[in-house]
Amino acid sequence: MELLVAIIIGVLTCSAVFLILRARTFAVMLGLTMLSYAVNLFIFASGGLKMGAGAVLKATEDYADPLPQALVLTAIVIGFAMTAFLVVLSIRARADLGNDHVDGKLPVAKNTRQGASS
Amino acid sequence: MIELLLLVLLPLIGSLVPVLTARWTRSYSALATAVLPAVALTLVLHLAPVVFSGETLLYKLPWVEALGLSLSFRLDGLSLLFVFLILGIGLLVILYARYYLAAKDSMARFYGFLMLFMTAMLGVVLSNNLLQLWLFWELTSISSFLLISFWWHRADARLGARMALTITGFGGLALLAGILLIGRVLGSFELDVLLSQAEVLQQHSLYPLILILVLLGAFTKSAQFPFHFWLPNAMSAPTPVSAYLHSATMVKAGIFLLARMYPLLAGSDLWFLLVTITGMTTLLVGAYLALFQHDLKGLLAYSTISHLGLITLLLGLDTDLATVAAIFHIINHAIFKASLFMAAGIIDHESGSRDMRKLNGLWQFMPVTATLAMVASASMAGVPLLNGFLSKEMFFAETLHQDVLGALSWLIPVLATVAATLSVAYSARFIHDVFFNGQPKGLPRTPHEPPRYMRVPVEILVALCILVGLAPQYIVGDLLAIASGAALGGPLPEYSLSIWHGVNLPLMMSVMALTLGILLYLNRKHLFRFQAELPELNPLQLFEQKIKTLLNSAQHWHLRFESSELQRYLLWMFLIVVVLLIWPLQQMSQFTQHNAMLPVDALMLAAMVVAIIAAFATVLCQRQRLLALVMISVVGLVVTLIFVRFSAPDLALTQLSVEVVTIVLLMLALFFLPHKINRASNAGRLIRDGAIASVCGVVIGSLSYAMMLEPQQRISDFFLANAKTGGGGYNVVNVILVDFRGFDTLGEITVLGIAALGIFKLLTRLPLFKPSSDAEGRQWALDKHPMLLAVVSQALLPLALLVSVYIFFRGHNLPGGGFVAGLITAIAIILQYVAQGVDWVKQRLTLEYHRLVAAGVLISALTGAASWLFERPFLTSWFDYFQLPLLGEIELASAIAFDLGVYLTVVGSTLMILANLGKMTTDHRPVHEGKN
Repeated sequence: MELLVAIIIGVLTCSAVFLILRARTFAVMLGLTMLSYAVNLFIFASGGLKMGAGAVLKATEDYADPLPQALVLTAIVIGFAMTAFLVVLSIRARADLGNDHVDGKLPVAKNTRQGASS
Repeated sequence: MIELLLLVLLPLIGSLVPVLTARWTRSYSALATAVLPAVALTLVLHLAPVVFSGETLLYKLPWVEALGLSLSFRLDGLSLLFVFLILGIGLLVILYARYYLAAKDSMARFYGFLMLFMTAMLGVVLSNNLLQLWLFWELTSISSFLLISFWWHRADARLGARMALTITGFGGLALLAGILLIGRVLGSFELDVLLSQAEVLQQHSLYPLILILVLLGAFTKSAQFPFHFWLPNAMSAPTPVSAYLHSATMVKAGIFLLARMYPLLAGSDLWFLLVTITGMTTLLVGAYLALFQHDLKGLLAYSTISHLGLITLLLGLDTDLATVAAIFHIINHAIFKASLFMAAGIIDHESGSRDMRKLNGLWQFMPVTATLAMVASASMAGVPLLNGFLSKEMFFAETLHQDVLGALSWLIPVLATVAATLSVAYSARFIHDVFFNGQPKGLPRTPHEPPRYMRVPVEILVALCILVGLAPQYIVGDLLAIASGAALGGPLPEYSLSIWHGVNLPLMMSVMALTLGILLYLNRKHLFRFQAELPELNPLQLFEQKIKTLLNSAQHWHLRFESSELQRYLLWMFLIVVVLLIWPLQQMSQFTQHNAMLPVDALMLAAMVVAIIAAFATVLCQRQRLLALVMISVVGLVVTLIFVRFSAPDLALTQLSVEVVTIVLLMLALFFLPHKINRASNAGRLIRDGAIASVCGVVIGSLSYAMMLEPQQRISDFFLANAKTGGGGYNVVNVILVDFRGFDTLGEITVLGIAALGIFKLLTRLPLFKPSSDAEGRQWALDKHPMLLAVVSQALLPLALLVSVYIFFRGHNLPGGGFVAGLITAIAIILQYVAQGVDWVKQRLTLEYHRLVAAGVLISALTGAASWLFERPFLTSWFDYFQLPLLGEIELASAIAFDLGVYLTVVGSTLMILANLGKMTTDHRPVHEGKN
C-alpha cells in the first residue's frame, strides 16, 4: 500500500509540475491545487500509514500519528486561501491587462502563430 | 570608566550642534560646534595621567556575548596619541574651516559630517572589540565619502568620493573577513584577550590568510601601493577635509590598525616581507609622482602617500626601535602635513588657483603664510632642527641594520636615501615654485594674506614643528614612550630623542639627500621632459572604465537569468529542486524495508487508479477548462478517501469541505477567464516540460516511498501522552491545533484573514468585463435560480448549521473542530448564494464578513492573552469539569474559546472570498430580459 501511495504522490507531482509550467493562469491554478494535494499527502505519509488506528484517545492502543495530521489540516485551509488569492489575482490581471498569460503579456508573434495553426 | 564611552558620544551628539545652530551667525555656529570636542579633549587630558602611569583603561558594556558582540572601549598609550591628534587637529580644522568655507556652502552640513567623522575616528582608536572597531572603521569610510563629495555639484568630487568609498569599502570587507577569522581561531574579539595570543595565532594554518586580509584593510585605508590612487582623487574635497582626513586622521587609520595589531600579527617572516615591500614601494612611488604634480594639493597628496609608505615600512622592519620611529613619524607627519594642507588652502583661497605653473612669487603678497609654509615644507624635507628631521634620522638609522631581504638588505638604506632625495626635491619645488620663481601668471585675483584667525591653526602647528624639532624629549617624549609601548606590547628599546647624535652614517645620508634633492630640483627640466614622454595614466578614468565594464557584464548576466518570464523561473526552480534531491536519493543504495507494508485492498487500488487517470486527464484536457475542473475534483475526492482510509477523519472532513469551496471558487474563476484556449506551446516545449515533470514525479515519489519505509522516530508520543492531561481533550489533532501549537494556529488564521482582505481589495473596482456567452457561443442559462435547488438548499441550511455546531463542540474530543465546522457553515451559506442569488441572501443575512474575520482573530488572540491575567505565558490553556443537573459532567476549556475564534475566521474569510467574487458575476451577468 505504501508503494501505491508513493506512486500517487509521484503522479500528482508530475501532473502538477507540468501544469505549473504552462503559460496560462488557469492551468497554473490547477497545477498549484494539484501540488497542494501532493504535498499534503507527502506530509501526511511522513507519519507512516496506519489503517484502522485510533484517531482519538481511549479507543485503541494503536494511534495514527497526530502531528502530521495537525500540520496538514492547517495546510489544507491555508492552501485554499492562497489558491483563492492567486485566482483573484489572475482574474484581476486579466481584467487589467487583457490576457491570461502568466507574464501579463502574450509572447511575441512566433508562438501565437503556432498556437493558431494547431 | 564610563568616560571612554563619553569620549565617543560627545562628538556624536556634537554632530547635531551645527544643524541646530545653523541659523546663528557663522562664527557662533563654529564656536558652538567646537564646544563638545573641546569638552572631550579636557576629559581625555583628565584621563591622561593614569595612562601615562602605564595603565590601560577599559570600559565594557556586554550585549550579545555569545556572538562576541559588546560595546567595549580601551584607552592605552596608542589610543591616547591618536585621540590627541583627532581632537587637537579636529579643533584647529573647525576654526580653519570657519574662514575657508564660502558663504554659499552649508556650514551645518560640513560641520555635521566632520563631527560624524570625528566620532567614527575616535571609535576606531578607542575600540577594544574588533567587530566594534570594524563598525567605526566603516563609518569613517562613509563619513569621508560625504565629506569628499561635499561639493556634490562638481563631477570630480562625486567621482573622487565614489572611488575612495569603493577602495576603502573593499578593504573594509577584507578586514571584516580577517577579523571574523581571528575570532574563529582565538575565540574572542576583545583586544585585551587577543593581544597576548600572538603565538597561537601565528602557528595556526589560517594565519597567512588572516594577515593578508587585515593588511588589505590597512593598506587600502592608508593609500598604500597599489591602492594609492584614490587619495589624489580625494583632493577634490574642501581643503579642511584634506588637512584633517588625508593628513592626520583617516589615512592614519590603516597605520593605526597595523600598530594596534602589531603585537598580535607582527613577528613572522610573512609580515616583514609584505609590509616592508609594500611600504618601500609606496614610499618611492609616492615621492616620485609627487615631484610631477602641478596641483598644490596633488603634490601634498602624493607626498602623504610617500610618508605613509615610510611609516608602513618602519612597521615592517624587524626591530623594536623601528616601531618607535614609526610612531614618532606618525606624530610629526600629522603636524607638518596638516599645516601644509592648511597653507595650501589659504593660497588657493586668497589667490584663486592651486596650479604651481601659475602660482609664482607669492612671497611678496603673503610673507607670513609663506614663512609658515616654508618651515613646514622644510620639516617635510627633513631639514635639521625641525621635527621631520628627527624621525627621518631614526628611520635612516633603522634601515642600516636590516636583514629582512637577506643579502639584498643593503638596498633598503639606498632606496631610503633615494626616497629622501625625492622628498627634498618636491619640498623644494613647493617652496621655490610657489613663493619665488618670478611673478604670478594669470591668477584670477591678486593674492593677499588671509583673515587673522584662518592663519592661527597653521601658526600653532608650525610652532609645534619647531618645538618638537628643538626639544623632542620634553614635548613628546612621554607620549611617544607610552604609545610605542602599547604598539609593541612589550618593553621599550633604548633610544634617545636628541638633535645631535654625532657625525654618523644616518647624518651622512641626510646630508646626501638634501644636497642631491636640491640638485635634482635645479635640474628638474630634464626629468619633466622624460616624464612627459611617458603615456599619461589617468587613474580616475581607468577606474571608471573598469567599473563600467563590471556593471555591463553584471547586467548582461543578470538579463540572461532575469528574463521576466515566470515559466523560465519556475523551470529553474524545479530543476534545482530535482538536482538537490537526486543526490541524497542516490546515496541510499536501495530501499531497505524496515516496516511491514500494509496490504493492498481492491477498493483502494481502484480509487487510486481512478485518481491517477483523473490527474493525467486534468493535464490532457487543461485547455478545455470545465472538463479539467471536473477531473481535478475527482483527484481531490480520492485524496479525501485516502485520509479516511488511513485513520485521519479530521483531515478527511477538512479536505472534503475545502474541496467543495475550491471547486466553487474555480468555477467562479472560469467565468472571468477564457473557457477554452488554443495550444500555446510548441512540441519541443511540451516534451521538455513533460520530461522535467516526469523527473520531478519520479524523484518525489521515490522520496515518499523511501520515507515511508524508514523507521519512524516520532515526537508524537509526547502529544499522545499529554493531550488529555495537559490539554483536556481526547482528539489529539485538535488539541495540537488549539493548544500545543496554538500559536501557529493563531498565525495561520491571521494569514487566512489577510488573504481574504487582500482578495476583497483586489476585487474592488475591477474593470467591467462581461462575457455574455460561453466558448461555443451559447448564452448563459436564463433560469438563474432553479426552483429545485432553491427549495432543497433552504431546507438544508438549518440542518447544515446544526451539524456544524455539533462538529464544533465535539471537536475537542472527537473528529471535528473549528476549522471543519467553519467550512461546513460557509458551504451552507454559499449554497444559499448559489441557489437564490446575492441579492436574496443580502436581504436576509446582514453579516459583514470582514468584521467576522476581525472578531475571530481577536477572540483567539484575546483567549491567548487572557492567560497573562493568571501570570501564565501566552496561550496557556485551562480546562475543568463541572457537574450540572440533568446534563451530567461537562468540560469547559479555554480551548473552546480559541476554537471559536478559528471558526469565525474560517467562516468570515471563506464567505468574504466567495461571496465577493460571486457578486461580481451577478453584477456582470446579463439580466433576464437582456439581449446580448
